Amino acid sequence: MSAAAPRSTMAALDAQRSRYVLRLADTSLILGQRLAEWVGHAPALEEDLGLANLSLDLIGQARLLLTYAGELEGSGRDEDQLAYFRDGPDFLNVALAEQPNGDFGRTIVRQCLLDAWQLELYSELQQSTDRRLAEIAAKALKETQYHFRYSASWLIRLGDGTEESHARVQSALDELWRFTNELFAPDALDDAMAAQGVAPRLPELRSRWLAHIEAVLREATLKRPMDVNYPWHGKRGQHSEHLGYVLAEMQFLQRTYPDSRW
Amino acid sequence: MSTVSAASKQSGLDVLHSTEREVWGVLERVPDPEIPVLSVVDLGIIRHVRVAEGSVHVGVSPTYSGCPATEVIRSLIGHALRTAGFEPAQIEDVLSPPWSSDWISTEGHRKLKAFGIAPPEKTVSRVRHLFAAPRVACPRCDSTQTERISEFGSTPCKAHYRCLSCAEPFDHFKCI
Repeated sequence: MSAAAPRSTMAALDAQRSRYVLRLADTSLILGQRLAEWVGHAPALEEDLGLANLSLDLIGQARLLLTYAGELEGSGRDEDQLAYFRDGPDFLNVALAEQPNGDFGRTIVRQCLLDAWQLELYSELQQSTDRRLAEIAAKALKETQYHFRYSASWLIRLGDGTEESHARVQSALDELWRFTNELFAPDALDDAMAAQGVAPRLPELRSRWLAHIEAVLREATLKRPMDVNYPWHGKRGQHSEHLGYVLAEMQFLQRTYPDSRW
Repeated sequence: MSTVSAASKQSGLDVLHSTEREVWGVLERVPDPEIPVLSVVDLGIIRHVRVAEGSVHVGVSPTYSGCPATEVIRSLIGHALRTAGFEPAQIEDVLSPPWSSDWISTEGHRKLKAFGIAPPEKTVSRVRHLFAAPRVACPRCDSTQTERISEFGSTPCKAHYRCLSCAEPFDHFKCI
């Protein structure tokens, strides 16, 4: 970016980058919110703690990212305003993150697919030309590493477990696989970010993501589903019907009593 | 009670350095709210103390992104500095490089163990070893015949273990 760029160009670049950062933020926020639904309901106390810990990390990462997105946007919105006062079409998370928890196995499948993705994404974002984003990525990566260890080890246990557990995670995998297309399908914004060195090229992440996932599936004795070329566009604000319910739960207090504080 | 403004009226780097030393002294008495035997200095989350333009700047790193204690820690530090007369004090977030459990002081390791929490080893978590749990010595009887009950515990930084020799359950401060 040239120092001589006119102010309007700089503002446009910041707005574009803000939108990209929101995608990362919203994916972590919505996934974190989904995991929080398990609190008090997980199959065992240890998994209750585990899922809550992952949720807490993801929401913490989302807070760092939302704050930064708000600063780039430059109209004074902070993390709370971005989390609580945007409507569905303004959320830019990938559609996989908002898919319902289902049973514990389905939650683990969704988690494993996204953990492996964030693992590769944050590894690359550490080298971003955007220093703030690189710093957030380095912090998030440390946490994503044990998230993946958790979800992958459970997927192996469930897949290579009983007939019942195997059947359940295989069917969840078959159902959720179609949402992974969006993780690696770049649009104009992804391309612009890659061209500026802010973000990695998404298609290049896919082979490394697949290597993680295939290694886990092999040990879990699970079959990799067929690729479905159906383009979800959660990151452009086109969501499945499930997001609205997540937002209703997450936002109702702030919508009912705006700006209320602890 | 020494204040920054009083200090800056005297001249020379020595005064500046002695102010910084005093600030570190104050911080050494600020406990971590979740593991109160550790000070924020023992925990290794204080990244810098600077005196500039009549104000004290303290850089603090979060341990985990979502650690609920982060905001309590900030307010405890702010309160301790004000009480000690260091005003104005700026508390700055430092994200990079990310905090590591390797930064817990030797004194911190000793305090953790005395408190019944197995301190972290000097290793960083690896993605590859899916099921490998680190070998942790029991903080009570030092036996290494222990097993992990849960990778996640009462706070983001701890895991649950059990000693197979003395049969006591204990917390392990995780490596990150």
